[in-house]
Formats: sequence, C-alpha cells, structure tokens
Amino acid sequence: MQFGIFSVGDVTRDPTNGRIPTEGERIDAMVRIALKAEEVGLDVFASGEHHNPPFVPSSPTTLLGYIAARTERLQLSTATTLITTNDPVKIAEDYAMLQHLSGGRVDLMMGRGNTGPVYPWFGQDIRNGIPLAIENYALLHRLWREDVVDWEGKLRTPLQSFTSTPRPLDGVPPFVWHGSIRSPEIAEQAAYYGDGFFHNNIFWPIHHTKQMVGLYRRRFEHYGHGSADQAIVGLGGQVFMRKSSQAAWNEFRPYFDNAPVYGHGPSMEDFTEQTPLTVGSPQQVIDRYAAMRDHVGDYQRQLFLIDHAGLPLDTVLEQIELLGTEVVPVLRKEMAVGRPPHVPDAPVHSTLVEAAGGPRDVTVYADTDAVTGRAPAPVR
Amino acid sequence: MTGIDEPLRRRIAVVSAGLRNPSSTRLLADRLGEAVGRALGDRGAVASVELVELRDHAHDLTNMLHTGFASPELQVALDAVQGSDGLVAVTPIYSGTFTGLFKNFIDVLPEGALAGHPVLLGATAGTARHSLAVDHALRPLFAYLRAVVVPTGVFAATDDFGHSQGVRQDDDVAPLADRVQRAARELADVVLSSSRPPAVDSFDDPTPFEQLLRGGGPAR
Repeated sequence: MQFGIFSVGDVTRDPTNGRIPTEGERIDAMVRIALKAEEVGLDVFASGEHHNPPFVPSSPTTLLGYIAARTERLQLSTATTLITTNDPVKIAEDYAMLQHLSGGRVDLMMGRGNTGPVYPWFGQDIRNGIPLAIENYALLHRLWREDVVDWEGKLRTPLQSFTSTPRPLDGVPPFVWHGSIRSPEIAEQAAYYGDGFFHNNIFWPIHHTKQMVGLYRRRFEHYGHGSADQAIVGLGGQVFMRKSSQAAWNEFRPYFDNAPVYGHGPSMEDFTEQTPLTVGSPQQVIDRYAAMRDHVGDYQRQLFLIDHAGLPLDTVLEQIELLGTEVVPVLRKEMAVGRPPHVPDAPVHSTLVEAAGGPRDVTVYADTDAVTGRAPAPVR
Repeated sequence: MTGIDEPLRRRIAVVSAGLRNPSSTRLLADRLGEAVGRALGDRGAVASVELVELRDHAHDLTNMLHTGFASPELQVALDAVQGSDGLVAVTPIYSGTFTGLFKNFIDVLPEGALAGHPVLLGATAGTARHSLAVDHALRPLFAYLRAVVVPTGVFAATDDFGHSQGVRQDDDVAPLADRVQRAARELADVVLSSSRPPAVDSFDDPTPFEQLLRGGGPAR
C-alpha cells in the first residue's frame, strides 16, 4: 500500500492573515513538501498540472525532475496529466525522460482537466474531452511500446515512421493511472488496459466513489487482467490534524470556510460528514481512512491533499510530519490485516521490470539522416 | 399491455418552490397533485404522488452548486423527480419569472433528466398581471429541457383562491378549479400514453471500450 501527498499547486491567500505567497514561494513550497514526504517515510508525491492562475505547476516534469534529483526513494506522480490538451507525443517523450532521470521512480495519472478555456488555449474543444482522452492515450500507449509508430487518428496530425525518444527505461513504460470523478468511460478505459484507476473523492460522497471503483473492478476482470479484487485502485483524501480534535477544528475552519471549490458553501460539519475530509486528531484520521477499504475493497494508493486553501507552509509540513510519524505507520498495519495475498501492490518500476522478464536496453540506434532526421530500420 | 390483475402504477412528483408557510404556491401544488392523482385513478391507474418542497432544500441546493454533489436529503428529492412518470412543477413568480430557488433545482438535475418527461407547469403571483409568466418564462425553460409540457399551464393569482367563477362576472377565464382539472387530465393522458424507456445505468451497463475506441460515444 502506497501513501503520499498530492498537490494542486494553488496560490491562495491565507484567510487568517491576508498573506499570499508569490509563485516562486509556492513552487519552493511544493518542492519542500515533496522532500518532507520522503523524509517522513511517505511513498508518493504527485503534482497537479494547470495552465492558469492561481496555479503554478504548468510544467510537471520540470518540477518532478528537480525533486527526483533531490530524493532517492520517493515515487513521483501526477494528479493529473492532461491527456486531453497535451500532445501525447510530448507526454511520451517528457515522462520517458523523467523515468530515466529518476531511475524509474515515475508514474502518471491521466485526467481530462476541469478548466474549460484550457481546451481552446491548446487548440482543442472541450466537447471532445472523452474522445481526446481515449484517442490520445491509445497513441501514448503505442508510443511507449512500439519503436516505430505509424498512426492516424481523428484529433491529431498523423504520424509516419515516428520514434518517441528516449525509449522507456529498461523497456518498461511508466505505470499509468486514470483519474476520473464521474465518467464511466474513464473507468472503462482503465479497466481495458489493465491500468490503475484513481478516484479523487476528496469532494465527493463515498457512495459515488464506490460506484466508480465498482465499475472499474468489474470491467478489469471482464478484460482478463485478473480478478476484480486485483484491480489497482487509488483514492484521494483530505485531512487536517492537531493533537486535539477541537484544536484542529478551530484552526482549520477559516481555511475551510474560504477554500477554493467548497468555501462559502457547505458547513464544515456537513462536508466532513459527506466527504473524506477529516478534521481532528491523528487517531480520528486513522479510523476514517482505515475504513475506506470497507467501501472500495483493498486498494493500492492513498494520496492526501494537505497544502491547499492558503495553509502556511510550516503548518503543511507539520501535517506531513503527523501523517508520516503517527498516521501512516498505523494505517499500513491496519490495511495489511486481512488483506488477501493475491491482492497486488501498486506496480512500480522494479516490479514491472520483473514482470517483463528483466531489464532490456531498448535504445533505438539510428544512423541519423542529417537532412530529414529520419532513421532507417535499426541495424543491430 | 398490462395484465388485468396488475394495476397500472404511475409516480407523480410535485415540486413546489413556495417560500412562505403557509404558501399559496404549495396550495396550488397540492391541488394539482391531488387532481392528477384523481385523473389517473379515473383512467384506471394507481397513482402515487410525492411532494418535493424546495424550501426545505434551499441550503443544500446552494451547496450543490458549490460542490457538485447532493446532500442525502436533496438526493432523495432529485431521485423523486427523475424516477417519476410525470412532474408537476409550481413556482411563485418573482420579478416576472420563476424564482432563483426553482431554477437552482432545475440547474442541479443531471443533463437530460427531464427530456421526454411529461410536465404540468403552475405558477402563483399576487395579481393576474403575471399570468403569462407560465407561457413566457416557464415554458421556454422546459422546452430547453426537452420536456413534454401539457398545453394548459395553471396560473393562480391571490384572487383566484376566492373565486368560484372567473375573476369578473363577465370574465371568460375558467375558474381555478376548472383549470386545475383540465391540466390534470392533460397530464394524466400524457403520462399514460408515454412509455418511458428504462433508464440506462452507465455504471451497470458501460459502453464497451472497443466502441469508445472506434469513436462511438455512449448512447445518449
């Protein structure tokens, strides 16, 4: 079971003192959050991808590449990579590069994005959201698995004799999760490929999460990747902790009340009851999250959102410390109790390489034609 | 056709957007609901009428606009409307049109929820000067939703509740009770003549991926 942090990378005013970080401070904060996650024994750091204020992470592989250089163990991921508006060719190249630089410590979570204008800014049409997610990923999947790709789709210019470089590390593409809150098509897509499915349930009631995960598990089995309980499931989470529950509520309430998305809407009482947001003591967080598998089955990845709504960096780092020292060690034990041996862990590079029968050098050696840049058939 | 032993069952949802208590909107909604139930009964059907009082969900409706999901209580109300065979929708007229609360409820229904759905429209206001709001404001909204709206919309001004005749002696407008009956009969006829296809649950019955890959979206 993997535990980690995912960050949207929002630049938000601290409602308690009016302080708002600069973009530089926020970017630095994301790095320090990731380093802290590794320091306290968490497994994953995932960055959002956004192309509009108030968000800073427009270039996730730059951020994750820098973090990769400063960490040793941390799994680097995305939440999410925009499979709709990014060119799948560039995703294939960027993340294969990151895979090499990080020693294979990378996976991705595909998402469609929820900011309408991003589509036209990148020359796309939001009404094609699902078709783009399906077609672009179908191409990306091939680019990482076939050295030379001839391809023609409906939504991107065709490719002839295209080789995406660098080839995936050890001949094994990064593991991919597909994130969606309410589109059955995406659960179906994840199931079809035998990829992971991540339900970012932080703003949603658990029955909704259960419905999406249930569909993914059934279809994962239908497509022959294993039994339903062997499907690879990830969930979001959102917590704020202090030693005493009351102290946590008092401190977090102004952040909740003014938060992007749900601020000035439901009461914190309603929202903590209806969604996974847990405000309280570490023990209360343990109790709430240990029960998640009662709803969705034994799962593989739990990510927490802890750095949004203008919370100061020091507070966020304290939260990560509490997660790493008091919450996650207990959750690891509790999640292991009664977990059937045939339920796998989330695939990582080493297990994928092992499953592929060992590492292979898949470098495409080409006598580059200086005029066209085209490579003749590889000669070994 | 239904067997003789098996009664025709029809579910009617009545949405009232009245805010005060007691509310003339609620009064009209109740009368319309009862009349539709009777009209269905006259046609050999067994009707169940479920009232959704939007006032009770005012906070939850605002919250849902923020969060995108319904509280458990609001979900019951949304399910009642979506699961019904016919809808009676009644709103007060504010500033010449339906109220914001009424529109909030419409706005949080899933896309297509009322497409092909038999609907009877009703409205209330202080004076008869607002009576065309049913046809000029509500009807276009439900046309957008592709609902099947019955021809008679029932508008009730405060005065209507005190008249058994038209408002004036020489008035050719039928009294409220007659309009309620006529609209109820129209809705009952549409409800009984329309057979709504069973809802496709995209979670129970997902579009196979090969079909999505070929560029075929889910059936809408």
